[in-house]
Amino acid sequence: MSTHLSYVKIIDPNKEPDAPLSMHPQKFALWLFIVSVVMIFAALTSAYIVRQAEGDWLVFNMPSIFWFNTLVVALSSVSMHFAYIYAKKDNQNKLKFATAITAVLGFAFIYGQVKGWGDLVDQGVYFVGNPAGSFMYVLTGLHLVHLLSGIIFVIVLLAFVFYNKVNSNKMLNMEMCSTYWHFLSGLWIYLFLFLLLNN
Amino acid sequence: MSTLSQNINSDVHEEHEHHEENWVTKYLFTTDHKMIGKQFLITGLVWALIGGALSLIFRLQLGFPDMNLDWLRPILGEWITDSGKIDPNFYLALVTMHGTIMVFFVLTAGLSGTFSNFLIPLQIGARDMASGFMNALSYWLFFISSVIMLSSLFIETGPAAGGWVVYPPLSALPQAVPGSQLGMTLWLIAMVFFIASTLIGGINYIATIINMRTKGLSFNKLPLTIWAFFLTAIIGLLSFPVLFAAALLLVFDRSFGTSFYLSEIYIGGEALPNVGGSAVLYQHLFWFLGHPEVYIVLLPALGITSEIIATNARKPIFGYKAMIGSMLGITVLSFVVWAHHMFVSGMNPFLGSIFMFLTLIIAVPSAIKVFNYLTTLWKGNLQFTTAMLFSIGLVSFFISGGLTGIFLGNAALDIQLHDTYFVVAHFHLVMGSASFFGMMAGIYHWFPKMYGRMMDEKLGYLHFWLTFVGVYLVFFPMHYIGIAGFPRRYYSFTNFDAFSSFTDLNTFISIAAILTMSAQFIFVFNFFYSMYRGRKAPLNPWKSTTLEWTTPRVPGHGNWPGKVPVVYRWPYDYSKPGAEDDFIPQTVPYSETKSSNLPHENELIELEEEINREDEKVTEPQN
Ligand code: HEM
Ligand SMILES: [Cu+2]
Repeated sequence: MSTHLSYVKIIDPNKEPDAPLSMHPQKFALWLFIVSVVMIFAALTSAYIVRQAEGDWLVFNMPSIFWFNTLVVALSSVSMHFAYIYAKKDNQNKLKFATAITAVLGFAFIYGQVKGWGDLVDQGVYFVGNPAGSFMYVLTGLHLVHLLSGIIFVIVLLAFVFYNKVNSNKMLNMEMCSTYWHFLSGLWIYLFLFLLLNN
Repeated sequence: MSTLSQNINSDVHEEHEHHEENWVTKYLFTTDHKMIGKQFLITGLVWALIGGALSLIFRLQLGFPDMNLDWLRPILGEWITDSGKIDPNFYLALVTMHGTIMVFFVLTAGLSGTFSNFLIPLQIGARDMASGFMNALSYWLFFISSVIMLSSLFIETGPAAGGWVVYPPLSALPQAVPGSQLGMTLWLIAMVFFIASTLIGGINYIATIINMRTKGLSFNKLPLTIWAFFLTAIIGLLSFPVLFAAALLLVFDRSFGTSFYLSEIYIGGEALPNVGGSAVLYQHLFWFLGHPEVYIVLLPALGITSEIIATNARKPIFGYKAMIGSMLGITVLSFVVWAHHMFVSGMNPFLGSIFMFLTLIIAVPSAIKVFNYLTTLWKGNLQFTTAMLFSIGLVSFFISGGLTGIFLGNAALDIQLHDTYFVVAHFHLVMGSASFFGMMAGIYHWFPKMYGRMMDEKLGYLHFWLTFVGVYLVFFPMHYIGIAGFPRRYYSFTNFDAFSSFTDLNTFISIAAILTMSAQFIFVFNFFYSMYRGRKAPLNPWKSTTLEWTTPRVPGHGNWPGKVPVVYRWPYDYSKPGAEDDFIPQTVPYSETKSSNLPHENELIELEEEINREDEKVTEPQN
């Protein structure tokens, strides 16, 4: 990697020589991927607002379990952050624990979301029907799909952790996984507030 | 010799040495950006021929409505009716597939995919893309998408038929037309793969340009090609996800019975259950991609042209900073004009006037670019290579097609002109032909670097003149037909008396189209013949300044056998007063060109020494 980074060195003779842009290509690519996911949800939530403004909009209560799920996903972000700190401090035992907790909370979130859909069905809000309901399922569903990919990432990370491949010198997987995970929980909080305020 | 090989070992990335290649890893599952670029190129050219052939079939119908087309039956089978006519449903499918293929498969993947992959590492002094794996993945997703789209041409109900914009409700209701059945499903699946391919490719281009430039190559020394590819990738990254969202909701409407886009529709006198959807919503989502997409198609062509015009006018590009500024302007503005495609959709007229205002603003950066091309050409020492001719052709189309854009951008005029052949004329000149000419210019210019041989200039001239004249003969008359009120995508006009006086013009267009398409085989021949039999290319055939011409005739994996060159100056030092040659490559330091340096450039010499010291720290000095 060290020789690789040297190519990255950029010097602008017009000014002071610039510091090398040391972003790792994979991390950089992850950020760009996040941008494209943001655009998908930006498009869908704008579509939601445009469609809602046209009237004929079914009003229903958001499943109350979504409040709970929001708490769960926020906690999972916290435990992810602890895992990150323990990895930096080379505290392997706590690292394992915190990563495992994150995975467990992730599964709890998935369970809660599916339960939330059950509540919607009980209220008579179906995927097929008034677009208000359909949007609810599409937004939560598409988020869940991304969250599944995040969980897979966390499990892979967990495997790395158990094979002692994550420590203060090997932070790449940890950093990428935590970036993605924080993004996913942030995305849910955005969607939750959005749906709460635009009901 | 031994020092040289030592250098190679110390410098070339480990994976590049001792690399035994077999046919599969070299041509098929390669991660070399140059080969992936060529894969995109060849696939794009095949698509161009298919897309062109489809257009000839519907031009036959339009130009010769009474012709007996039985002779097409061996190819088209049941799509030729018993009376020797094209099936009207198939006509719609032809128009749709022609548009889809040309916009996405040829001028997006074939153009951006080819030249971004091929040129980015070569022109920024990188050994390869940031991720060779993602690069290969991008091509193979495009390939899968191609196979699915192609297969839809052969199914019984035919390919998608709702126009390349696939507006619902037509595209959402399988019972509406045969083209909304399996063909439409395949269209959507193919586009999902296509979007994934474009996004992965684009992420790679951006990551490479930002992180992997060679020493000294700051953003204000980048060739305009790279600027163009960079901004194109950013536009794609922001707009293609929106198309994905639009397509996703369409899939739910089609296959799961939701009502995002559908409301109160009667088919055969029976009401559908869908209520509450909004078809205009789809148009908003689609054109949020659709308009940026036209610039995704155009910007790379403009970048390629800037490079070629400066090189062959032997002059610095006029207004380098203004060129970058206008491309940035186009990038930003391209996201806020989409609703000019929807003036007559029933959208709020007040919103229409806002979009009209924004649309007319985007003409300003476009005009700046045209102005700069013309001033670069002005009093240049013009070298009329084939690539140069095609570049000048692009400028011509960009002007003539851009002007009609200003007509269409007026909401009031658009009421008359919308969905007529006037629009067809507009975008075929400004987008279709201009970008196609940019692609051709790029191929003629960089062929020597791609295949190590020169293409034949005489055949190139012939190809250029036939195509250039042909394009105007085909598309110019369409303005008149459009103003006369001919709607686009109509199967036949013979039932309307008002249109009968234009029959000759339509016949004329069709003949011109057939001739223009035939002329493309001169190119096909030239391309493949030169690949094996062309004159061996010199190292720098066009006396150009950029880094790709410092590589060996046929660069291997890793591009430079020795060290990666360091950059000292911008790429447009052509005909600099006081210089020995009429061009100074980017790799020549100012300390070696004291006779031509400007005062402030002499001051940079000190900093160059710093670059050199850095360079020595990093790798062993070359001899
Ligand atoms: C001078 C700047 C331009 C203006 C003001 C402009 C304006 C417009 C307007 C208002 C329309 C909609 C017409 C209608 O459907 O009724 C249109 C269509 C179109 N324009 Fe432009 N345009 C400009 C430049 C371009 C450029 C540079 C490209 C491509 C590189 C382009 C590609 C297209 C395409 C593809 C369509 C038709 C899409 C379709 O309906 O299938 N335009 N343009
Ligand atoms: Cu537009």
